[in-house]
Amino acid sequence: MAFAGLYNYWIVVVLMMIGFYVVIAQGNLVKKIFGLNIFQVSVFVLYITMSKVDGGTAPILDDRYQVYSNPLPHVLILTAIVVGVATMALGLALVVRIREAYGTIEEEEIEQQEGELP
Amino acid sequence: MIAETTLPLTLAVPIVGSLLIWLAKSRPNLREGVTLVTALILFGLVLTILVPVIDGARPSVKLVEIYPGFDLTFTVEPLGASFATIASFLWIITSLYSIGYMRGHHEAYQTRFYAFFALALASTMGIALAGNMLTLFIFYEALSISTYPLVTHSGTPEAKRAGRVYLGILLGTSIGLQLLAVGITWVTAGTLDFTEGGILSGKASDGLVVLLMALYLFGIGKAAVMPFHRWLPAAMVAPTPVSALLHAVAVVKAGVFTVLKVVIYIFGLDLLTTTGASLWLAYVAGATIIIASLVAMTKDNLKARLAYSTVSQLSYIVLGAMLATSTGVLGGAMHIAMHAFGKITLFFCAGAILVAAHKTEISEMHGLGRKMPFTFAAFFLGSLSIIGLPPMGGAWSKWEIALGAAESGQAILVGVLMVSSLLNVAYLIPVAVRGFLPAGGAGNPDSGERWEIREAPLFCVVPLCFTAVASLVLFFYADDLYAFLQPIGGGG
Amino acid sequence: MISAHLPALQVVVPLLAAPVCLLLRNRHAAWLLAALVTWATFIIALGLLAQVADRGTISYAIGDWAPPWGIEYRVDLFGALVLVIVSGIGSLVMPFARINVEREIPAERIYLFYVMYLLCLTGLLGIAITGDAFNLFVFLEISSLSSYVLISLGHDRRALTAALRYLIMGTLGATFYVIGIGLLYMVTGTLNMADLAQRVPDLLHLRTVEAALAFLIVGISLKLALFPLHLWLPNAYAFAPTTVTIFLAATATKVSVYVIIRIIYTVYGGAPIFREGILNEALMGLGMLSMVAAGLVAIYQSNVKRLLAYSSVSQIGYMVLGLSFGSVIGLAAGIVHLFNHAIMKAALFMALGCATQQVRAVSFDDLAGLGRQMPVTMGALVVGALSLIGLPLTVGFVTKWYLIQAALQDGAWLAVIVILASGLFAVVYTWRIVEAAYFRPLPEDREEVREAPLGMLIPLVILAGACVVFGIGATWPMDLALAAAESLIGARP
Repeated sequence: MAFAGLYNYWIVVVLMMIGFYVVIAQGNLVKKIFGLNIFQVSVFVLYITMSKVDGGTAPILDDRYQVYSNPLPHVLILTAIVVGVATMALGLALVVRIREAYGTIEEEEIEQQEGELP
Repeated sequence: MIAETTLPLTLAVPIVGSLLIWLAKSRPNLREGVTLVTALILFGLVLTILVPVIDGARPSVKLVEIYPGFDLTFTVEPLGASFATIASFLWIITSLYSIGYMRGHHEAYQTRFYAFFALALASTMGIALAGNMLTLFIFYEALSISTYPLVTHSGTPEAKRAGRVYLGILLGTSIGLQLLAVGITWVTAGTLDFTEGGILSGKASDGLVVLLMALYLFGIGKAAVMPFHRWLPAAMVAPTPVSALLHAVAVVKAGVFTVLKVVIYIFGLDLLTTTGASLWLAYVAGATIIIASLVAMTKDNLKARLAYSTVSQLSYIVLGAMLATSTGVLGGAMHIAMHAFGKITLFFCAGAILVAAHKTEISEMHGLGRKMPFTFAAFFLGSLSIIGLPPMGGAWSKWEIALGAAESGQAILVGVLMVSSLLNVAYLIPVAVRGFLPAGGAGNPDSGERWEIREAPLFCVVPLCFTAVASLVLFFYADDLYAFLQPIGGGG
Repeated sequence: MISAHLPALQVVVPLLAAPVCLLLRNRHAAWLLAALVTWATFIIALGLLAQVADRGTISYAIGDWAPPWGIEYRVDLFGALVLVIVSGIGSLVMPFARINVEREIPAERIYLFYVMYLLCLTGLLGIAITGDAFNLFVFLEISSLSSYVLISLGHDRRALTAALRYLIMGTLGATFYVIGIGLLYMVTGTLNMADLAQRVPDLLHLRTVEAALAFLIVGISLKLALFPLHLWLPNAYAFAPTTVTIFLAATATKVSVYVIIRIIYTVYGGAPIFREGILNEALMGLGMLSMVAAGLVAIYQSNVKRLLAYSSVSQIGYMVLGLSFGSVIGLAAGIVHLFNHAIMKAALFMALGCATQQVRAVSFDDLAGLGRQMPVTMGALVVGALSLIGLPLTVGFVTKWYLIQAALQDGAWLAVIVILASGLFAVVYTWRIVEAAYFRPLPEDREEVREAPLGMLIPLVILAGACVVFGIGATWPMDLALAAAESLIGARP
């Protein structure tokens, strides 16, 4: 069945939309950063899924196995994970600084304070 | 060959002069000496170009390739040569006059004034000698920018507002319409070189020619065709020498000069006659002539009246060009020279009155002519030339334009020209007459009350007498000018 | 010998210098190292440009792993030009930075600033040099993450929120890009751009390839600040330290334009996708909207830095419009505007930086009367303003002239009108600055303001001079841009 066969991709789409929604709808900056992270993770899943070959094993050279999954996306996603972690760390660090400067991490309250400035 | 070497120098000299003026800023005498010497050298250089052109040569120089396929080219033909000669000659006179005016009137920022004045002249030379439309456009914009500090010279809120109008209209029309016209011309014709007989014939459809002509005419805001004339009266807040040279000669004439160039060398008279693309624009010019004259009559401020008179007179030239006949174009080209001398005289007089008597309103000038006889006599001569009465130079050019209108069978336009001459009489003559009439009551010159009012400084009076006499002399030498300009109407 | 390894050195040198800077911990030493390294990258970039002009596209296999398996660095004429722009602006910013950063960033953090600056430079250079689509993402994130940090160093607390907003938008954009690349990889099995260029154009009918294009374009448009995805840009530029604003305004968005041109013209083969889809209409429309909307908003700004930031958004519209025609001349206009806008915007922000260095603020009131007190700075500002308007003899006119030609050839009358109108908006918003500087009287309470230090003035004068020099002698950049555009479009007839 097509739907079930594309199960992983559905997960990707759902995760992506959840992340995207959180980024847009949440006023809390920490939650926003986490939404962003969920969004990125969905892409990791996309890459991992596409590398899977039916009946394939992990890509280890061995005479017993002829079919194995494509290892390249895994490597790429390792890089992307590093980038994701760095982004999240930087984002959270900025949130800490914002909390120090504004005394809040709610977007509305920050905008209120900024609106008072020239 | 001499002309080819001196051509680039005509641009370089005023630019270098401007730098030297800047360097000499702490020593006024040296600074003004530099201005005068630069003006003299420039005029000499222009003469070296003029002479071979009279003999029928067309010197041309390619300076640098600015974009792939585009050169900064200078080519001299009679129209440009005459414009360059007039502008550089009048610069000498104006320099003398400015010295008297700026000192007599205790203006501030004089260095900036002289420096930008020289730059404006360099741009004018670039326009006069440009060999293709892109070169001309470049210097056209340079002229707008370099005259902006002159218009806003005093820095008052009023001057700033005027500067905004000035730059807004000039840049707005040139960027918005003229550049578009140049772009279309390039894409259609594949060249922008000024060529006798035009470059568009056979390449553009009739509809496109009509559109292009309108884009050019309204895009050349400096020609002050209504509704894009507002900058000219606004620019009158500038010091009088600026109004005199730039708004009677360099800037406005650059505008009508560009119109003539475009008509003759981009479209070609034949193309315009066959398509009739320009005829309706001749009516726009006619309307401008009448309306501006009417507005001029309502102005009490002398400079404002002269400004509207300029708007009206410029449209004579535009009208001549839009008739697209040999006679019309020649008349227009001659009017550039005639009007330049006449109008600069009038502006010089207005400035002299301001310096000597501190008066700007015409209604206050009763009896002033008795204290400033030379100034008012010159004003009278200038007025006659503008009106177009013999024995002044203006008579010939107006005659030619009217003849051109009659030749094309445009009776209405002939009528417009006649009516406008009457209007000219109505708004110019009273000024001179009022000056010589005795003033009533306390203002009576014999009552001894205002004896301190005398003629303006010598530096002011001599130039204005000179230009007044020059416009008289032009009446007798109009034939030579006509013969010199003849080739430009050849295609028609 | 060493000339064969220039492509690697271009990226590796600044990359290695960054941690060294971190270890130095001394702000003067850090500056010296950063400056030397930046100048070195500029020389390398010039060397690469000369090599490419001489011998054609250079392909360099990192670690000797032959492409398409290993990562390939590929320098063609277009890439080399971008490398020269980025490293050239970087080089000019360095002397300015030494003085400016002292004022705007706490002394103990200055060495960190240079670390981030070097990383940002590495990222931007890497994007322009790499021939691998995923490697490009990595460099994109290196430059983005470091620029978030750089922006957040601004002394106004709004710099923090601006940086965070940029971080969120930028990450979304980069992630979209990764999705697009992933989809392409799914279909073609390669990440090498030259390789992709061989395969993608034959697969254009596939839904996956179309979706990939959509993701790629949206992702990069976010980084590019194309209207209406520009919201992060004005505040980020306005509140970042001046040095950072100059550097990012002149390079970061330009590199994004580079990426979008690479994707459309190299990977997707250019013309065919324009003919079939609505891509060119979409890009053309958004480009024009950028020009008009941002130009209008710029008119109403009271903070001069923000005004210039909006003007950047408007100018990005020029580039996008140029590339959306799909013709050599349009693309060349877009490419040459990369170069032109980089120098004019750098000159403008730098002039503003010189003014703020001496006066401390950037509203119109603070500029009043500065024309007399800082003649060189304000003179450069005027030159930059004239370029932005696009008056002849400045670089702005070159772009406009070719854009109009491209639009006329395409019969896109609306585009012609928008190009001209946006020039008029530029008259209005730049002239407000000029008027404030020259025709407003000095405020009474203002003490004597001196001209900015020489270290800031020299790069400023060079930039302003370049605006005029390349405006009069536009043959060199224009020939380069035309050749680059031809090779991009002609790559796959």
